Amino acid sequence: MKGTLVRRASKIAVAGIATAALAFSATACGSSSEEGDKDKGIGLAYDVGGRGDHSFNDSAAKGFDKAKKDLKVGGKEMTAKNTDTEADRYQKLADLAEAGYNPVIGVGYAYTPSLAKAAKKYKDTDFAIVDSVVEAKNVASLVSAEQEGSYLAGVAAALKSKTGKVGFIGGTNSALIKKFAAGYVQGVKETNPKATVDVQWVTPGSTDGFGLPDRGKDMAEGMLDKNIDVIYSAAGGSGSGAIEATAKKKGTWSIGVDGDQYYEKGLADYKNSILTSVVKNVDGSVYDFIVSVLKDKKAMTGVQTYDLKQGGVSLSYSGGFLDDIKPKIEEAKKKIIAGDIKVKSTYAG
Amino acid sequence: MKKFDKERVLLAIAAPALALVAAFTVTALVLLATGKEPFNAFGVMFEYGSKADSQVYILNKATTYYLAGLAVAIGFRMNLFNIGVDGQYRLSAFIAAAVGGAMNLPGLVQIPLIILVAMLVGAMWASIAGLLKVYRGVSEVISTIMLNSLATALISYLLVDGRLGVLDPDTNIVSTEPLPESSHFFTIPAGGDLDPVWGFLVVAVLAGLAFWFVLGRTRFGFDLRSVGRSEPAAQASGVGVKRMIVTSMVLSGAMAGLVGMPTVLNDTHQFTADFPLGVGFTGIAVALLGRNHPVGIALGALLWGFLERGANRLEFEGYDKEIVGVMQGVIVLCVVIAYELVRRYGIKRQQQRVGAELAQQAVNLTKREVAQ
Repeated sequence: MKGTLVRRASKIAVAGIATAALAFSATACGSSSEEGDKDKGIGLAYDVGGRGDHSFNDSAAKGFDKAKKDLKVGGKEMTAKNTDTEADRYQKLADLAEAGYNPVIGVGYAYTPSLAKAAKKYKDTDFAIVDSVVEAKNVASLVSAEQEGSYLAGVAAALKSKTGKVGFIGGTNSALIKKFAAGYVQGVKETNPKATVDVQWVTPGSTDGFGLPDRGKDMAEGMLDKNIDVIYSAAGGSGSGAIEATAKKKGTWSIGVDGDQYYEKGLADYKNSILTSVVKNVDGSVYDFIVSVLKDKKAMTGVQTYDLKQGGVSLSYSGGFLDDIKPKIEEAKKKIIAGDIKVKSTYAG
Repeated sequence: MKKFDKERVLLAIAAPALALVAAFTVTALVLLATGKEPFNAFGVMFEYGSKADSQVYILNKATTYYLAGLAVAIGFRMNLFNIGVDGQYRLSAFIAAAVGGAMNLPGLVQIPLIILVAMLVGAMWASIAGLLKVYRGVSEVISTIMLNSLATALISYLLVDGRLGVLDPDTNIVSTEPLPESSHFFTIPAGGDLDPVWGFLVVAVLAGLAFWFVLGRTRFGFDLRSVGRSEPAAQASGVGVKRMIVTSMVLSGAMAGLVGMPTVLNDTHQFTADFPLGVGFTGIAVALLGRNHPVGIALGALLWGFLERGANRLEFEGYDKEIVGVMQGVIVLCVVIAYELVRRYGIKRQQQRVGAELAQQAVNLTKREVAQ
């Protein structure tokens, strides 16, 4: 009796809410959420992690901040969530374009389909996508040759390693991070064919791996126990854990990524073990693109590859740890630029 | 008798009203604490969420959430907590997308085939937890959580160029082979340049009807619910409890298999590493909100879609987008607490009334006796 009473009661409640909800949604048909005009500045949509990830997104944020300051324009930032669907990503880009932000930049390859769609609808807005390619007249595709910088890191690692064993820690086994691994492994092998490379992923199949410094530290310690003495991390925030681990063991080196991590404030205590960094100039490409739209009034379009030749990726010499082998690295660099060395961008495994 | 009915209606409205008022109050306080004016935020959400393109978005999102809610509710109805809907739907969507991409049959054959594969994979993945519970006494809460991680690992192992994945060298995206045009599910035009409404909405409605019919109107559904109420009682009346546990886990998994289908068949037409995560957990919240009732779950799913649409807009308007996460959590808690409070109050009232009636009878009886 009690049971049926309660159940009956909840049925009535449900019907009540249903009516209310229907009434509410029916009143609003017809109008659309699209409004707004004028130039409001730069619109930027980050990948999962957003500003403050000490890596990829932050690099884009740096370019965005610099452009805002130099060109004295405003801007708006949006950030993706793990649960986002195509519709959510599209909504971010479309909201920005609709409100009058120009240019609109999608940071990360996850925006590829949604940016293509937004570019089609908002033909007067200039779009850019980082790390991916979208074919459209009003889109610039800002891609980097991560494998080329990583190849040089591999050369440095092979020359600096005393044990002949080096390591690679990738945030996740995505195609993009595999580009780093591919170049690095090739660089090591072509410099010292006997050297071995231990390649590991922080979290295969999930982007969590870019924000787990403790896990990065554990993995690096495991590698150090196996007598690996140079570790290259392309793992965003997780890489700082690996850098910390190598700083604690004498005679071992870490290689940083994205920015020049020798100068990163949060890593200042460990900088004497940071052999070098593979600098990926996302801030530069984002900045260049914004300038092309707002200042030069001639927006960049098409695929813009930021490679070694053009300075979009590079190996840093900060700290002077590479001074003894600098000629060899410069030689490899020349060969890559000349096309004598073809660096692979895919890594199997 | 009439008075009694009125009170029941009042009680029924009290619970959701109480929940909504409490949820909005708490959220307003949180907004105030972050130094923002709360009513403007609600205004932004309502205004934006009620636009035509937002309605399309909400319907499409709710389709996915509804199926997830149903999958969880099947378990809830018999006291099984299937936390594994998350792993089940992702694995199903992945395998189904891979199978669909490998074939090129007429849509009339291929679409049902893809859906069937998804349901089978979900059912099989969930049945592992069911079998472990029945034969080894492993709590389904533990095993389904573990199976979620295993599903993630399995997908990441298989979703690699050369296995079941294809790498697009330009975009760095690894996906399953895209479905042929023939396997794109129909859509319902929403007019103008609006995105269409996903045709899978129809399947979701059918799934809701099936849920209602099977659980509410068949012997099987009765057995299932009776096991949920009391295992020993069900056993004593001849219900095979073990069989029911495995069966309901399988059904829950099969329903979970449908969760990824609107996305695969209506939206992305392939499975990529950025396939939406965590919908299984949303399903738990939606099932709780909907009190495991097919209509209630639908409302919960729509509310969830509305809140997410609003969340994206709040971020645009300079609010912390996390505020909607807080709101969602608060609403679920408030609903659960409000229904419990109202239920207890209702029981108390009923007891008082019965007590009063009995006392009245006793009084009448003594009066009569005295009169005689």
